[in-house]
Amino acid sequence: MSRTVTLQSLDPRVSRLGIPTEQQPFEGVPEGSHLQTFEVFHQTKSGARHIHVGSVHAPNAEMAMVFAKEQYARRSECVNLWVVKTSEIITFSPEDADLFATTTEKTYRDASGYKVMQKILAWKQRLQQQAEQNSPSNSE
Amino acid sequence: MTEQYRAALEDLLFRMADDALIYGHRNSEWTGLAPLLEEDIAFSSIAQDKLGHALALYRMLHEMGHPDPDQLAFMRSEHQFRCCHLVELPTQDYAVALMRHALFDYAEHHRYELLEESSYAPLAALARKVRGEIKYHIFHASTWLRMLGVEGTDESRARMQAALDMLFPYALGIFEPTQQEETLRELGIFPGEGILREHWLEDVVPLLESAGYRVPEPSEVEPVVGGRHGYHTEHLQPLLEEMTAVFRIDPTAEW
Repeated sequence: MSRTVTLQSLDPRVSRLGIPTEQQPFEGVPEGSHLQTFEVFHQTKSGARHIHVGSVHAPNAEMAMVFAKEQYARRSECVNLWVVKTSEIITFSPEDADLFATTTEKTYRDASGYKVMQKILAWKQRLQQQAEQNSPSNSE
Repeated sequence: MTEQYRAALEDLLFRMADDALIYGHRNSEWTGLAPLLEEDIAFSSIAQDKLGHALALYRMLHEMGHPDPDQLAFMRSEHQFRCCHLVELPTQDYAVALMRHALFDYAEHHRYELLEESSYAPLAALARKVRGEIKYHIFHASTWLRMLGVEGTDESRARMQAALDMLFPYALGIFEPTQQEETLRELGIFPGEGILREHWLEDVVPLLESAGYRVPEPSEVEPVVGGRHGYHTEHLQPLLEEMTAVFRIDPTAEW
């Protein structure tokens, strides 16, 4: 004769659930039983751009809004939210990351490629020298 | 403030504060156990909002000379509570938790809406302050009602319908009148439970029907009452013992 022993916890809510201590081996979650995800964008003030803040699992867009509101607009300033199905976002494949690699010979495209810095430094130096010459401590 | 005004106001404040505290505590029992992580966060957050409402209302009572909010929440006996039976019921089934959430929070929504015009300024100010929070609570509730109703499965609809049938007489008990009903109206504090019940029915019945449920005919349902006069279900005392266990170890401790 077997008697089911249920899980006893310091948390009375858990003890009340009557969970058998002898569990069946976990079979895993069937394929396709997870909810889809939605990407969440929040807006901190009217007119500001929406910024991606994370994602939520939800069965549909409306529930995604319900969940996103509490998860991403509870603690910080927020005036609006967007939710977008993750599957509808168009993105590059990670294998195409090399598209974004800048080759080293392209420094002429960067602002640092222009030799203005030397001119600016020389001008600053000149200003400082003038200031030192005009200051009362030097005029004695 | 006249004695008459004070007595009527206290009656209303205790009913509202105790509803919010006990309902908030019951909903917090799902923290960590709700069916989805996202839902766990949302439902816990709603529970927290309710405790915030209870605190604001107990503070008003404290300013009128009652003990501080902790004492009011944790040190009163069962018969001193004025909550309705609906909020006391334990929920072993999430369908019951969600259906109660819808029934109760639509009543809260209409109650606070009526209170925006209250002659008691702090209560009118609180009503305006919590408007947005309660709007989210009913958005959450109505979305779930549809998800598990018209957009749900046979099982979800059956479980939600069973919850509705079981809870409806308790929900009508929210509007149990007290002896202060007339005075509250005459003094402009609150238009009364009768009017609140009308507003609630006008909103909740079409909402439930459009979400795919059969609503019992209200005039044929006997409301479950007693809570507003200190008579409670057998579930309140165990709840109070559990809720106050830590506080009672050392009621003078600073947290």
